[in-house]
Amino acid sequence: MTTTVKEELTTLAQRLRLQIIQMTSRAKSSHVGGGLSMAEILAVLYGRVLNVRPHDPFWPCRDRFVLSKGHACAGLYAVLADRGFFPLDELETFYGDGSRLAGHVTHVDVPGIECSTGSLGHGLPIATGMALAGRDLGFRVFCVLSDGECDEGSNWEAALFAGHHRLANLTVIVDYNKIQSLGTVDEVLRLDPLHEKWASFGWHAVEVDGHDVEALDRVLTEVPDSPGKPTCVVAHTVKGKGVSFMEHQLLWHYRSPAGDELRRAIAELGERI
Amino acid sequence: MLMTGDLGFGVIESFARAYPKRFINAGVAEQNMTGVATGLALSGKIVFTYSIANFPTLRCLEQIRNGPCYHRANVKVVAVGGGLIYGALGMSHHATEDLAVMRALPNITIMAPGDPAETIAATEALAKMDGPAYLRLGRAGDPRVHEHPVALSIGKALMLRAGNDLTLISTGGMLATTSKVADQLQREGIGSRLLSMPTVKPLDVDAVLAAASDTGLVITIEEHSIVGGLGSAVAEVMAEHPTEGARLKRIGLPSAFVSRAGSRDYLAAKYGLSVEAIVEDVKRIRRA
Repeated sequence: MTTTVKEELTTLAQRLRLQIIQMTSRAKSSHVGGGLSMAEILAVLYGRVLNVRPHDPFWPCRDRFVLSKGHACAGLYAVLADRGFFPLDELETFYGDGSRLAGHVTHVDVPGIECSTGSLGHGLPIATGMALAGRDLGFRVFCVLSDGECDEGSNWEAALFAGHHRLANLTVIVDYNKIQSLGTVDEVLRLDPLHEKWASFGWHAVEVDGHDVEALDRVLTEVPDSPGKPTCVVAHTVKGKGVSFMEHQLLWHYRSPAGDELRRAIAELGERI
Repeated sequence: MLMTGDLGFGVIESFARAYPKRFINAGVAEQNMTGVATGLALSGKIVFTYSIANFPTLRCLEQIRNGPCYHRANVKVVAVGGGLIYGALGMSHHATEDLAVMRALPNITIMAPGDPAETIAATEALAKMDGPAYLRLGRAGDPRVHEHPVALSIGKALMLRAGNDLTLISTGGMLATTSKVADQLQREGIGSRLLSMPTVKPLDVDAVLAAASDTGLVITIEEHSIVGGLGSAVAEVMAEHPTEGARLKRIGLPSAFVSRAGSRDYLAAKYGLSVEAIVEDVKRIRRA
């Protein structure tokens, strides 16, 4: 990867973080931490990997992206607006009365959203069905899961299915930020060794630093990497990444930044754009 | 495409052999089956999901709500064993609240055909219709009521018999019983209009209101809990469109679990759904 590309992706991730902070602050909404943790994942997907056309969002051969952790929708709306799927200033309506940008991923009237999510464990089965169809039609499907979401049994039904049917055009990225709704993953329901679980279900499973755009780019641009196997990228991330006082803090699954916190967050992120 | 949750021994093989690329056994995993069906439908396929009793509906209810219903995806959920068909298999296999639960979901079309002829017509109609649907079936070998193939429109009742004293409205597998009820009433000098209601949602409001206005007494008969099914749907319509002199009686299963084993006919009779019990019920209501 050239230095320029790396800088572009890093800057895009920071722009997304800034949007996430501003959107959640305006909306007085939750889930800022799990948005910040996947900023590089979204930046690499939309900056380098996904074969999509912002001005032709329903192009039949497009790659599909499903954000199964639908509560982190601010980041997805932000990256879609950044790429030109809809106007950037519409992000200001997020969560508001009558807005099409609802607080969990909503497909209705929102260009670039393949399917609505919000109830955890629903996205991967749908992505798996898309991948089954895509095998004949020639597109790939990428799906981001949260770590807490891996508690849902439906994901493991889909993992069995995709492994059995050798859906090599399907890639899961687990945003493994180690904190779920009421505590750390280790406290609530242990997932480790997570990538080994996916591997044992017949997946090509790799671990990466989920904030390293070069590492993400390497694994995601290589898929399908393993013939006849879907890919699972366990992305080790930091909840609240990029804002010093939000990092590793359960509080920022819920709290909305305001006042001095908002100014500090913007200042920290702004320095790096 | 046809997806099954690992059920359908003896009935599904011919399709699987004829169309191997259009058949998927999803395994015993109804939540994923429904999600995969949604993903396939969002990519342009027409997908039927198949299992028995409550497994393709209640087990994966939220997947149906958030998936096919919200996305108006072309997924048709098929359940075999509506009502007490699997009576002896126990409570887990009694599909007795499915119509109520599914009826509450937006965007979905619900059909419970009354006999094999209606089943063929309903299946063809649903395959041609764009959007999500629930097809509630009885079982192979259900008695035939229509002598000839039927022409059926989604959302329209079928009138099998004209009569002026009362209207019997049946859905699903109660049609054969209801037809015999009408025969018996006729022998006793009571003329009944017999409506088969293969579409529970959207309900044929015009047919219900015409029945109320023409015959006064309307009686719904269903192999389903008295809560939330055909009877409730008809009650909603009649309550909001009052017709002078019109009355409604809902005949169905009590809102209770059946904890004893028994054949479908045994259990149906035990809960008042035999021909004799319904005839007596109707005569008592007419006297009231």
